[in-house]
Amino acid sequence: MGETENILVVENLKKYFKTTFGTVKAVDDITFNVRFGETFGLVGESGSGKSTTGYLTIGIYTPTSGKILFKGRDISMHALKRPKSMKKDMSIVFQDPASSLNPSKTIRDIVALPLKVHGLINSDSELTEKVAQLLEAVELSPERFMDRRPGDLGGGEKQATAIARAIATNPSFVVLDEPTSALDVSIQAKIIKILMNLQQELKLSYLFITHDLSLMRNVASRVAIMYLGKIYEYASARLFFHNPAHPYTRMLLSSVPVLTDEEETLKPKDVKSTGEVSSAINPPSGCRFHPRCPFAKTICKIEEPEFIMIEPEHYVACHLYTEKS
Amino acid sequence: MTEQLLKIEDLSVGYKTYRGTSKVLNGANLTVNAGEKVGIIGESGCGKTTTMKTILQILPTNAVIYEGEVHFRGKNVLRMAKNELNELRRKHIAMIFQDPTAALNPVFNVETQLIDIIKSSGGHEVKKKEEFKDKCIGLLKEVALSDPERVLDSYPFQLSGGMRQRVCIAMALATPRYLLIADEPTTNLDVTIKDQVLRLIKDIVENRKLSVILISQALGAVKGFVDKVYVMYAGNTVEVAETKELFSNPLHPYTKGLLNSTPKLTGGGFSEGIQGRVPDYINPPSGCRFHPRCNYILGRCKGEKPPLIDMGGNHAVACWLCYKE
Repeated sequence: MGETENILVVENLKKYFKTTFGTVKAVDDITFNVRFGETFGLVGESGSGKSTTGYLTIGIYTPTSGKILFKGRDISMHALKRPKSMKKDMSIVFQDPASSLNPSKTIRDIVALPLKVHGLINSDSELTEKVAQLLEAVELSPERFMDRRPGDLGGGEKQATAIARAIATNPSFVVLDEPTSALDVSIQAKIIKILMNLQQELKLSYLFITHDLSLMRNVASRVAIMYLGKIYEYASARLFFHNPAHPYTRMLLSSVPVLTDEEETLKPKDVKSTGEVSSAINPPSGCRFHPRCPFAKTICKIEEPEFIMIEPEHYVACHLYTEKS
Repeated sequence: MTEQLLKIEDLSVGYKTYRGTSKVLNGANLTVNAGEKVGIIGESGCGKTTTMKTILQILPTNAVIYEGEVHFRGKNVLRMAKNELNELRRKHIAMIFQDPTAALNPVFNVETQLIDIIKSSGGHEVKKKEEFKDKCIGLLKEVALSDPERVLDSYPFQLSGGMRQRVCIAMALATPRYLLIADEPTTNLDVTIKDQVLRLIKDIVENRKLSVILISQALGAVKGFVDKVYVMYAGNTVEVAETKELFSNPLHPYTKGLLNSTPKLTGGGFSEGIQGRVPDYINPPSGCRFHPRCNYILGRCKGEKPPLIDMGGNHAVACWLCYKE
């Protein structure tokens, strides 16, 4: 893979948190890349480290070890040490818009803040014009919303404001950390539509984090699945959903509630969800999924599986596939 | 003819707030027959939980019931004396709440709380402490908790979310009941745990031939569980049908919108969602409360509230589009 086609490259990234109970290995040696203009999906259950990964790329945390390359430049430092021009080029939309927007500020102030910080505007009239443009881009009417505060807005409108703020500096890369999981389905559909349109217009690359597999199928071009801080499978979205290889992927897919018979055929029948996610402080040895895996063998408890390619664009880390090849 | 267990007719409930009265329920209808599994779907804030709270008479003190009747086994719950109501809550109807952390008392261990429930719901055939303990262990085994002794000695904070919800289910089902109300029992849980908990509730309910009301925002979860579905919007029951019929032949524009905006596992994108948001209940829209968001609006929608129109085959819908003189 040439360096030129990737906007973000993550190599052997680790993030450990020290707690009074021991070290939590939130992200433990993951490698992936996001290509220009694509939506790279990261799925997993709570505690899998998917949000931590998002925060690491944006610079909220400093990695314990490993490398993050953004447009070929190493950015594995904390956001405070990153050059301003680089911070302008990436942004994030958080899960809960109610807590990511300052309730005492107006929508104008909220959206204008990144513009001011990066010195992108010269006068007040220019600011109003730019904020109006941004609000229109996320389908909020500037006249109605500009001078209101987050408390007057519905959940979808708040999230749209957060998106307007995220694209204010004209970034090329946006981390979307469960942007719709706090919203109702009818509102979710609208927010996703806005995000997809913006991606087309502004040529954005997304790192899309969610636990909702049905949503992921519809937005991502490539998907990686995380479990207890590790990536176990990554593939193009089509292969990931039509030919899921890792038992955990299959379990997750089999748990998704679906509406149509056609979807039902995509759900693996050989795996049923059992057990719970183990503790991240003392993760199971070998393959971390082995205590829940219906196909676990002795080797799974001892040795960590290596990534192998089972078909083009489809990689999996599981002992079931190592033996066959 | 099957026995009618619960019947709610044209229920209207409001909450007094400092801004005025918020008229949440505006004619909710619901019928549950003995042994029937009923689902209620709708977005957040559409009055699902208020309806359930009215059945048990556990509404907050600022709530006002304007009109309507709630009959449980032939008796009007709204006119019950206090001791009758206590009987109803203790012995006849059980409820599982959305957030198990809030439903369990943090300062007592699981054993104390379980025994309290058994005692107050009339488990008087057991007297000795050891017998109580045996019964508790049996209950926890029924909800598939692998280490019941340890769970009994634990306080809620020592258990995971999935385990807490299982404990809540064990409590709800500790003694025989007529009706189980499950108010979004899996919303706070991970995908694989969700699947397990739903399957568990379904198994227990089918074994014991209980009636259930399952409230959920996840259409897929409801589809795999219940016999009959009620769709609620802004305090009204807008559509009722048998599960298969509702998902294959939705009639109300709101139901259609909801189904279209749900992302599918098969991909292919989804609709733009439903424009606008759930109305403000202090000044709710006149006539059909859905009209400001509806794409098929007729002249009379603004002025007159549509009645539930029987379309045959147990399918009823409250929409003027389906009305024939």
